[in-house]
Amino acid sequence: MTENSERRVVSVIVVNEASVLSRITDLFSGRGYNITSLTVAPIPDSKYSRLTIVTSGSVRVIEQITKQLHKLIPVLKVYEHADLVEKEMALVKFPITENISDINAICEAYNGKIVNVGNDVIITMVADEPKRIDHYLEAIKRYNPKEIVRSGAVALER
Amino acid sequence: MQISGAQMVIEALIAEGVDTVFGYPGGAIMNVYDEIYKQDGFQHILTRHEQAAVHAAEGYSKASGKVGVAMITSGPGFTNAVTGLADAYMDSIPLVVISGQVPMSLIGTDAFQEIDAVGISRPCTKHNYLVTDAADLARVLKEAFYIAASGRPGPVHVDIPKDVTAQIAEFDYSKPVEIETYKPNVVGNPRQIKKAIEAIANSKRPLFYLGGGIINSNAAYEVRELVKKTGIPAVETFMARGTLAHDDELLISMLGMHGSYAANMAMSETDMVIALGARFDDRVTGKLSEFAKNAGVIHVDIDPASISKLVNADFPIVGDVKNVVAQMLEKCGEINPDNYESWRETINNFDELHPLTFHEDTDRIKPQWVVKRVGELLGDSANISTDVGQHQMWAAQFYPFSRPRQWISSGGLGTMGFGFPAAIGVKAAAPEKISINITGDGSILMNIQELMTAVEKKLPVINIILNNNYLGMVRQWQTLFYDKRHSETDLSVQPDFVKVSEAFGGIGYRVTTKEEFDIALKESVAKNVVSIIDVVVERLENVMPMVPAGGSLFNMMLLEKKEK
Ligand SMILES: Cc1ncc(C[n+]2csc(CCOP(=O)(O)OP(=O)(O)O)c2C)c(N)n1
Ligand SMILES: [Mg+2]
Repeated sequence: MTENSERRVVSVIVVNEASVLSRITDLFSGRGYNITSLTVAPIPDSKYSRLTIVTSGSVRVIEQITKQLHKLIPVLKVYEHADLVEKEMALVKFPITENISDINAICEAYNGKIVNVGNDVIITMVADEPKRIDHYLEAIKRYNPKEIVRSGAVALER
Repeated sequence: MQISGAQMVIEALIAEGVDTVFGYPGGAIMNVYDEIYKQDGFQHILTRHEQAAVHAAEGYSKASGKVGVAMITSGPGFTNAVTGLADAYMDSIPLVVISGQVPMSLIGTDAFQEIDAVGISRPCTKHNYLVTDAADLARVLKEAFYIAASGRPGPVHVDIPKDVTAQIAEFDYSKPVEIETYKPNVVGNPRQIKKAIEAIANSKRPLFYLGGGIINSNAAYEVRELVKKTGIPAVETFMARGTLAHDDELLISMLGMHGSYAANMAMSETDMVIALGARFDDRVTGKLSEFAKNAGVIHVDIDPASISKLVNADFPIVGDVKNVVAQMLEKCGEINPDNYESWRETINNFDELHPLTFHEDTDRIKPQWVVKRVGELLGDSANISTDVGQHQMWAAQFYPFSRPRQWISSGGLGTMGFGFPAAIGVKAAAPEKISINITGDGSILMNIQELMTAVEKKLPVINIILNNNYLGMVRQWQTLFYDKRHSETDLSVQPDFVKVSEAFGGIGYRVTTKEEFDIALKESVAKNVVSIIDVVVERLENVMPMVPAGGSLFNMMLLEKKEK
């Protein structure tokens, strides 16, 4: 296909029940759609969960994704976000021997801080837009991060 | 009422008005079969293979319009049934398929005959359930029937562990179905319909593109009226055969890969496609970028995901075709049939140029002749099921269909082995009609064991083998596109089909002349027992015309012209 591929965030509200997550991921793999990241957690005080899926595809593919998601029986709502607030978290483990005040300063620039200090390592946490998380991970490269974990994006329509 | 899970299954089926269940027992489903033994609310038809049970349920559903029901055991019973589920899913056939599962305590332990059934059926069902508590069974089964039949129909699979069928719990089937997340839209948006009607009235060469959704929603008679009132010509998909009567002047023919020249040319020349319950399948459209290139598109479908999936719809209308067509009928006075006089003439000229026909130029019987002859002899009195291959395309091209639900064939999945068990289900659903299975020498062997079911249950299906000693459709592609390298498609070695049928208690005929064929068919109808008519036909006949895969509808390979 020559159509342009775009990054898109889709939120899906589903009934909390057995195998609902496989229904969603099977749909993506079965129809050849991409998943860049996927997060899921129950919506407080309800029988629903919310999934945030970062995907990519042409306009036609994205339209199909939302329609096919909607066809799944336990899916209540599908939002294809246009104007949204999007955040992602990253935890990073550094050797304690690195320059901690530098690391702390960088974390603060990305809404984060040091969240754990051990004998050998420190752990930092930042939460920001996924693009800025990319930048952050670039910036901390020279402090020899030992382990990095990204949470995947969550999003809310403005 | 406090009853066992197994009893609940029986009660639910009876409450749903099920009169026939197709199935095959085994360990995990035995509690339910024990209750089947005790009841007389419905008949159970024991097929001789689980795949056949599901195909029979499909045939039953397609002929009757009701939800088809099949029952199987866990493990191999279930995996045998998967082809049927996939077939029903592709052709939007409403089924409820109930399988046994190992007891809950054994799930996940690789127990005997354990398989992750709902994991396997997920991509080939509309929905599925693993029932973990008998207290849920009433709700689940009621939802299953509702989901199968509503919206875009499809198969629903319910997997029930053995201990759940033994568990005693409260059963109340009277509660209405309430699925907050599933509310199919059935009525078309009136403003969209108004706009669509205006667009039709302003078009010069409109064309109805009739799809299988019309049959599913029982809308054929409304569609016949709409076609008649508007004077707009119509093409049918393979799945829609029987929507219009074969002698309807506005019916051009079937379109697509083996559609008629006139149907495909009409689709290429139209300026307004009116798609009703059709899904722009690749076997219909050919090369997408060239499909109905200069036309606006009105697309009516119950499934929003079908709309603008492949071809962009200028006028999308989500709704049940039956409702939308009724809404269109109210408004169609704006459309003047006289405006399309020259368009109809153009199409008639296409048809005269390259009519859908065949040449009787060999000693052997032509397969197309057999189909036509069955039509002449049986016409409306028969329901026609088929297997998959050349014979299937000839049946679709040449049978004179007169009504919806007369045509039962595996379109989306193209499942060899579908025809015979489907025809058994068709006979069970419509005993007053003759049930014909037009089949091939390859396909019939894929569910030949169903001779036993047909004999035992006195379901006298007539199997007509168009015997070309080839996997003919594959052989045709090899001839045309693989330089005649007929790799593994020669079926010269064959059983004696007459003896096979007789061995099971049926009757059989080997036919080499037209006279013999007439006698064999008439006797089969009269004798009212399952039959195989093995017709020796021309071996190298090709299905024509043909749009090569990926080609454009207007670039067809055509039947050679012959001087008479
Ligand atoms: C289960 C299955 N396996 C393979 C195919 C591929 N296939 C399509 S048509 C065909 C040949 C069918 O031969 P036959 O039943 O003799 O029909 P004919 O084309 O000769 O009329 C084959 C192998 C299929 N459709 N289904
Ligand atoms: Mg053959």
